[in-house]
Amino acid sequence: MQAAVEAEATQTAHAPFDVERIRAEFPILTQQVHGKPLVYLDNAATAQKPQVVIDALERYYTEQNANIHRGVHYLSQLATREYEDARVKIQRFLNAAEAHEIIFTRGTTESINLVALSFGRKFVQAGDEIIISTLEHHSNIVPWQMLCEQTGATLRVIPINDAGELLLDEYERMLNPKVKLVAVAHLSNALGTLNPVQRIIELAHAQDIPVLLDGAQAAPHIKVDVRELDCDFYALSGHKLCGPTGIGVLYGKSRWLEAMPPVFGGGDMIASVTFEKTTYNTLPHKLEAGTPHIEGGIGLGVAVDYLTGIGLDRIAAYEHELLEYATELIGSIPGVTLVGTAREKASVLSFTIDNIHPHDIGTILDQEGIAIRAGHHCAQPVMKRFGVPATARASFAFYNTKAEIDALAVGIQKAIEVFS
Amino acid sequence: MSGRRRQRNLVPDNLTPDILHLTPMADLNELYQQVILDHNKKPRNFRVLENATRQQEGYNPLCGDQITLYLEMDGDTIKDIGFQGQGCAISKASSSMMTAAVKGKTRQEAELMFDEFHRMVKGEFDPETSEHHLGRLTILSGVREFPARVKCASLSWHTLRAALEGTQEAISTE
Repeated sequence: MQAAVEAEATQTAHAPFDVERIRAEFPILTQQVHGKPLVYLDNAATAQKPQVVIDALERYYTEQNANIHRGVHYLSQLATREYEDARVKIQRFLNAAEAHEIIFTRGTTESINLVALSFGRKFVQAGDEIIISTLEHHSNIVPWQMLCEQTGATLRVIPINDAGELLLDEYERMLNPKVKLVAVAHLSNALGTLNPVQRIIELAHAQDIPVLLDGAQAAPHIKVDVRELDCDFYALSGHKLCGPTGIGVLYGKSRWLEAMPPVFGGGDMIASVTFEKTTYNTLPHKLEAGTPHIEGGIGLGVAVDYLTGIGLDRIAAYEHELLEYATELIGSIPGVTLVGTAREKASVLSFTIDNIHPHDIGTILDQEGIAIRAGHHCAQPVMKRFGVPATARASFAFYNTKAEIDALAVGIQKAIEVFS
Repeated sequence: MSGRRRQRNLVPDNLTPDILHLTPMADLNELYQQVILDHNKKPRNFRVLENATRQQEGYNPLCGDQITLYLEMDGDTIKDIGFQGQGCAISKASSSMMTAAVKGKTRQEAELMFDEFHRMVKGEFDPETSEHHLGRLTILSGVREFPARVKCASLSWHTLRAALEGTQEAISTE
């Protein structure tokens, strides 16, 4: 079965990008919404799931369910192997050096909070600084604010230009020995800006400052190689990677994870417990207390193999074509203003329409079967920077088509007509 | 989100897909009626009240809608009312229509209208079959077909109630 999947994956990797064949693997995409074919353009919020992932979840509960890491019986060993195999799949997906550098979490938010609570507790003190950027999602802002409040450290913010690009000169000037961590998005969820993370990491490392990348948006769209990037931490969410919700990953270099104290105590994270003293387990278990989201981990393993089977480079190339097409088409509609026009972008088209609030655009498009996000995208500082309360955001995945972008353009025209 | 928001499904069970296919825009037309679009474009009482005796902030975190409501009370009567802020068409039109509807009303009358209005947009009160005090506000009844937009329509009313109660903190629909 596994061999067959891999053989098929290899075959797909050399075939031309057949979007109709890919769409057929996503059962949800065949449905109608308000009597119109579903056009799902809210992929930055969450991605749809291919049948192989859905099947893996069903298989887990029909054939494999048991608690892991603690049973001598058959099912427990089977479930443990499936779960730990998934960890190895994610290790390969990110090209991490060791499987124990992959910590399962509930998602990007928990991954970042884990670093703030553990790394922060150990390495950050009053007078220190943490650097983030204007482009961040709230989940890469608030944990650091909380850490700064607790420790007396200061939060510094890299500014952006009118295109939505980080000002690297400013960033370089902000780096100093008091900075204990740089935490930035790999890809902006609100604007789609692809940040120059390689350069950001080089500059930080020149001063021995570790870097965390929020990869929630980037991982589904770009090939991520944590060793080539040389990032110290990489956070991602399973559900944006065609995997289940409630599962995510924190990648950390061994030397940091080894030094970090556990945040949650409980089962699985200990080697031995007496009332006098508890010895912690080794990585990755030290940072994974309690029974984990077992089927989530397994499902995510299947999802990353699925994406690898198609090929992240091919996905990136195809999505780039979609984004260029959409930028040209939607950007040329009179009254539409694109928000976020960085030279390097991926997957996201944020826009406003003169005299129409994004929420109204969202409702009108919904009636056409088109799902987009309308709001501040959990990135209120970005909205403030551009002087808008909200934007409409279409975000693309490799299963979207140019025909769907045409439908979006027609829907936008309809919204403009309603409000004319 | 309140559990009650789920009470009205966008796709009623008794409608076949064929019927739906013929009528999807009807709902939309009911939501964005000409009167509503007009109030959105030219909101009434869209001003700061110089003689305001009460001022109240309202905020809808979901979509970033924000309203500042100004009241000039004469005893128990809303002598004058104005608002400022930004928001979607539904929220702006609802604010505008609310100010027109409650001006000159007593606190008790306004609260009764709030109650009927709130239940109407949630689909729990049908002004076509029940006696009501809503006047032209019934135009906003189309909102009940759009559960995601109930908060937009009711933000100004929540803000009004907080202002009448004299709550100091900014209120939020979340």
